[in-house]
Amino acid sequence: MPLLAEWWDLRDLGNSVGAFLQRFEVWGAPGWVPYVVSGLIGILAILLWLLASQIVFIWIERRAIALMQNRMGPNRVGPMGLLQPLADSLKLFLKEAITTRDSDRLLFWIAPVAIFTPALVVFAVIPFGEGMVLADLNVGVLFLIAIASLNTLAVFMAGWSSNNKYALLGAMRSVAMLISYELIQVLALLGVVLFVGSMRLGDVVGWQSGFHIWLILLQPLPALSYLIAGAVEINRSPMDIAEAESEIVAGYHTEYSGIKFGFFYAAEYFAGFAIAAIIVSLYLGGWTAWGLEEWVPGWLLFVAKVYLVFFIFVWMRGTLPRLRIDQLTAFAWKFLLPLSLLNVLVVGGEVLIWREADVPAEVALPVIGVVNAVMAVALVVGWGWMLGHGRSEGQAKRAVLTQEVGAIIYGKAAPGA
Amino acid sequence: MDDAGAIAAFWILSAVTVGSALMVVIVRNLIHAVMLLVVSFVGMAGLYVTLSADFVAVAQVLIYAGAISVLILFAIMLTPRAGRDNAETFLRLPALLLAVLMGFTMGLVALETDWAIAGRGGFEETASVIGEALLSKYVLPFEMASVLLLAAMIGAIILVRSEGFSEEEEEE
Repeated sequence: MPLLAEWWDLRDLGNSVGAFLQRFEVWGAPGWVPYVVSGLIGILAILLWLLASQIVFIWIERRAIALMQNRMGPNRVGPMGLLQPLADSLKLFLKEAITTRDSDRLLFWIAPVAIFTPALVVFAVIPFGEGMVLADLNVGVLFLIAIASLNTLAVFMAGWSSNNKYALLGAMRSVAMLISYELIQVLALLGVVLFVGSMRLGDVVGWQSGFHIWLILLQPLPALSYLIAGAVEINRSPMDIAEAESEIVAGYHTEYSGIKFGFFYAAEYFAGFAIAAIIVSLYLGGWTAWGLEEWVPGWLLFVAKVYLVFFIFVWMRGTLPRLRIDQLTAFAWKFLLPLSLLNVLVVGGEVLIWREADVPAEVALPVIGVVNAVMAVALVVGWGWMLGHGRSEGQAKRAVLTQEVGAIIYGKAAPGA
Repeated sequence: MDDAGAIAAFWILSAVTVGSALMVVIVRNLIHAVMLLVVSFVGMAGLYVTLSADFVAVAQVLIYAGAISVLILFAIMLTPRAGRDNAETFLRLPALLLAVLMGFTMGLVALETDWAIAGRGGFEETASVIGEALLSKYVLPFEMASVLLLAAMIGAIILVRSEGFSEEEEEE
């Protein structure tokens, strides 16, 4: 992308910020002032973007799930219910924030704040566009996993300090899930690091644009397992067993009300956007799209992809039933873990052969992609069959009652009845 | 570490680390102690960052603050004495004596040792350096550690699944 350093060139938002920062040199401010100001601008921009996206996506999520489930969804406040999120947040601000008598006051107060922090800090290393990153750490991928794992501590704090058995159950479930799925995350992202040879997120995106291939094509299995592990991490359906409302009221935030509950609600969205942004940067090419970034600003592409991936989470929530805690942990240990380990082994071998044998990338990458895709399908199907989830037990049949009712309505005997 | 920012960061991080570590010992509530331990771990990670050991810093957050503390929480929740109070102990005086002695020894070592000062600057990127060192110079300890961990894991599984118990008895 040619960098025109005019402030109005919106293809790289850094241009306008850079032009603004140059004023400081003109004014003769000391060297650290532009540094601090640019950091503040980045933080503010990310926060505002997150808040705006969240408000829009609350509406999209509620309407989309309502559509999927044949309901109306919010439709009274504003045109098509568009103002519903604003009304909701106003309600959350105005409601009384109740602190129960026997709760642990200090942790009860800290938990809503603590759950916010990891979700926000993750965005520091996410490249929104070429060079548009707050802190391009050279251990970025590891940083993502490390920060995301702190989320569970906040959840535990909330659940434990509430002094409520349902809250404590939710917290314990969350901890059990973290122990199971953190390994899966690490192993899934290890494949990316093996290919790219760097943990800097900017390098990962640059690698994908340099070879004109998205890593999801080379790494379909880890991308899938990271999507699942990410959904577990942020407590979204169908993995929201830490707050399963049909089992344990509202899980770890049962006792929270008012704006403190609002914090949990918002943090869930922020963490969701964070996971989506990680998936986009690592597997879906970040701010590049096979040459489209020449015409459309990279950050716009990035944001669009983040919304698309987040919509997958919404879709999952609307269509999949919730898992049980033992099913979820068993799935991690028995299914995802062996497959991820095998994948790391295979990817290591592939990268080694590619580097050592000096195969040109135009030949090597498509071959690796096909091999890995075939391997992913074979492993998922084969391992599922081995664990006894094959079809031999009996295929899903049409419900008998439906068939009988159909026979009454259409006046003929139900097939097989 | 020349500029004012790094020095300020060092003192603030040290204060946070040492202060929260002290609070871990002092505070009565076990869960509070674990949370303060996490603060201490994160402070340590910050200190590593000031030493330009970014990989170690992130690993510190990932392993200690993220995983070890969660394991400790798990252990606290699973033990019967999951009360909110740290029990009284009659070993207060010996423990105090031991702590003072330990502190004195460590302080003396830190002050009296003729520490070597590295001539080169910080590493540009520590992750690759650590990786190469682990797989070339220190490959034997590295492999031995993995075998040891595997043995410990299998041992733990065998301990839990002793033959004398059936599944019902285990669950209680």
